[in-house]
Amino acid sequence: MTAGITAWGTYLPYWRLQRAAIAGVLGSGGGRGTRSVASHDEDTTTLGVEAGRHALATGPGAGAVQDLFLSTPDPGYLDKTSATTVHAALGLGRGCGAYDFTGSSRSAVGALLLTLGTAGSGGRTTLTVVSDLRTGLAGSAEERDSGDGAAAIVCGPDGAVAELIGRGVASDEFLDRWRVPGEGDSHVWEERFGEEMYVPLAREAFAAALKDAGLAEGDVDHAVVAGLHGRAVKAVSKGLGVRDGVLAPDLSGAVGNLGAAQAAVALCDVLERARPGQVIVVLSLADGADALVLRTNEALTVAQAARAEAGVPSVAEQVAAGRDDLPYATFLTWRGQLRREPPRRPDPERPGAPTVHRSEEWKYAFVGSRCLVCGFRHMPPTRACLSCHTIDQMQPERLADVPGTVATFTIDHLAFSLSPPVVGVIVDFDGGGRYRCEMTDVVASELSIGDRVSMTFRRVWTAQGVHNYFWKARPAVERVGETEQGA
Amino acid sequence: MASRGIRDQVAVIGMGCTRFGELWNKGVDDLLTDATTEAVASVPGLELADIDAFWLGTMTSGVCGTTLSRPLKIDYKPVTRVENYCATGSEAFRNACYAVASGAYDTAMAIGVEKLKDTGFSGLTGIRLVGDGTDPGLSSPAAFSFLAPSYAKKYGVDRDQLKEVMSRIAFKNHKNGARNPRAQFQKEVSMETITKAPLVAGDLGVFDCSGVSDGSAAAIICRVEDAHRYCDNPLYVKALAFVAGPAAGPIDPEYDYTTFEEVVRSAADAYAQAGITDPRAQLAMAEVHDCFTPTELVLMEDLGFAERGTAWKEVLAGTFDRDGELPVNPDGGLKSFGHPIGASGLRMLFECWLQLRGEAPPDRQIDTVGPGRTLGLTHNLGGAPGEGVSFVGIVGTELG
Repeated sequence: MTAGITAWGTYLPYWRLQRAAIAGVLGSGGGRGTRSVASHDEDTTTLGVEAGRHALATGPGAGAVQDLFLSTPDPGYLDKTSATTVHAALGLGRGCGAYDFTGSSRSAVGALLLTLGTAGSGGRTTLTVVSDLRTGLAGSAEERDSGDGAAAIVCGPDGAVAELIGRGVASDEFLDRWRVPGEGDSHVWEERFGEEMYVPLAREAFAAALKDAGLAEGDVDHAVVAGLHGRAVKAVSKGLGVRDGVLAPDLSGAVGNLGAAQAAVALCDVLERARPGQVIVVLSLADGADALVLRTNEALTVAQAARAEAGVPSVAEQVAAGRDDLPYATFLTWRGQLRREPPRRPDPERPGAPTVHRSEEWKYAFVGSRCLVCGFRHMPPTRACLSCHTIDQMQPERLADVPGTVATFTIDHLAFSLSPPVVGVIVDFDGGGRYRCEMTDVVASELSIGDRVSMTFRRVWTAQGVHNYFWKARPAVERVGETEQGA
Repeated sequence: MASRGIRDQVAVIGMGCTRFGELWNKGVDDLLTDATTEAVASVPGLELADIDAFWLGTMTSGVCGTTLSRPLKIDYKPVTRVENYCATGSEAFRNACYAVASGAYDTAMAIGVEKLKDTGFSGLTGIRLVGDGTDPGLSSPAAFSFLAPSYAKKYGVDRDQLKEVMSRIAFKNHKNGARNPRAQFQKEVSMETITKAPLVAGDLGVFDCSGVSDGSAAAIICRVEDAHRYCDNPLYVKALAFVAGPAAGPIDPEYDYTTFEEVVRSAADAYAQAGITDPRAQLAMAEVHDCFTPTELVLMEDLGFAERGTAWKEVLAGTFDRDGELPVNPDGGLKSFGHPIGASGLRMLFECWLQLRGEAPPDRQIDTVGPGRTLGLTHNLGGAPGEGVSFVGIVGTELG
């Protein structure tokens, strides 16, 4: 019985903004490298769902999860829980809890610490999803340096690949980065002040954690230092006293600083490369400092192999798969910084709450139905079979993870979208069933009949204060092994 | 159990049709009043008060029967409002015919109306129901644009050639509409202008789409045995066929977007009712639902006017031109006459009324009408490929 982390998953959006593109438009600013950009139809909830799907693809799976925690500084709603949306989209059980930890980056670390602790003492299996979508005013350092992404970590009482062996905390109250609720952009105090506050806090937490674990700096095999204060993170990293090569690679040049999700994404990246019996330290700088010490075991190798077998994309693969030709004007439009002339079409109407609730399994979990008499698969689920006309002999079938093929498609210049034109596709699913839906993460001119697609959970639009979440098709990330199997 | 039809039981004795177009100065009430007045005036000795019952077709321009009785101050008569997407006008006509054939009423009027140009939006916006937010929300041109590449692929037509075929359909319908003083667009358009127009959806350009329009049309009917009391040359109703499909297209992997099964079924029913075995030779004309140019192309095959895979050649050869072997949409069609949803089916009937009875102006009278060739077909399609409703009606000037 080893309690701790049993599975993990991450999600980095497809799009990248080249920092040089900012200077190309504004005449100044910009810089080198790229940042990750959530598409116009993504928010922290949908990013979290995608990360959660990757975490549940292997390991104990959706059926084992007893509590879901969603942590983000940028929740889809206030008053209403967003974790219930993630819960529904992942198809978790009705008896599984779903709770938000919102407001700050520190909540994300808190959620993870809580679940690691619960796994050990209370024996519960939890899924912690941390998600962030960050931007700033046009031309700001915040816009340039930050990025969007999510991570999901399953903790359980048994079968852990890494267990928590030490913890250190240093809390303090000071003003470094903040937003009043409703504001879209963060305020930041003078950089030097934050750095001088963070460095000693981080050292205290790191030292306390090592002491708690009974280890020394030289015992650490992988160290992750994360935080939105870039200068402080650099200064702390330099002075850790760990061996050369122990510091985890900085992903921010390619995807930006992922804010609340940064530490967890970096931890997942380490888990994808680490070997059994290694010590991992995660040091997070957010309104104080938190340090976690984890030790991996033999189960890690098994988990890594299972993930490769299932085709779960690693952090490194997702970093490499990004598409970096997003125009800066499109980025500004997606983030609501550039108001564009809409098509001369009616705005969408908010969906009805009872209507949505009746179709919860279809809308959120993409559950269709298969006729028990003739086997015909229906999307959306129906009571009467199209093929044999039998009524009420249907079996629900979750199709969110079933890939498909583009039967035909069209480019719609008239339909409403935050990012026209809309690409409409007819998808024939492997194993039967057809559905017509919107396609995302695609450049229309590059799409062909016969292309392979997978489904992704998106925020289709927001109307009258209601986010309309549903599934869209996106180009499949085909892996060599799968293609060979298919042939 | 069978679809038996009401062949030669009901006759059209009078009709009216407003001009279609962007009628900024005409409201729904004006359009209904104009079409009703013209239809009543076309029947000597008949007054509005003599009509026993009314069927009003409109998709979005009104809800209950008072939409008609209020502006016309009709005194306490049955007025039924019907809706069946783009087949709404034909549906009003079909139900009025059944009411008269049943013997329930001596005379009835079917009237269709739509006022689309007051919304300020581009294209059709449809009826909005409270939904669960999962409908992909594609526009009508997008839904119909799936036809073009599928047809091209199935029959080995290259994309540029198919674009030429689509443009040729628009060219023909604009050419026909140019001679029609009631049409929305009374101007010929060059092949080059059509082909190079900005894209709306898929391969469909602006000129591949029908005109969004305001308008109204009306027909007055009575039993065949009473028809000659009102009219020397009525139109006899030969067939009325209507089907709603199970909306299989978007969920059935077998559907290939090159046919409308609803049209095939309703056409077979209509031909059986009317005793037609060779529609291309027996019909003198056809008014079909050319909402988008690929729709008319596919309809030529679904209605049996061309063999599968050959309609594109027939279009280019001019078979369906106004002076061709079988004139299709001689009044300009939805394309240039305009498409005020609820009125379109009755507008099609109005063209049969003029052409089959030799009352079209000489510069656009078709020459296919003659002994042994006295039938006209009207066709409406509602919905989208693979998920719609279809109406096929046949009228003629001779009994038997």
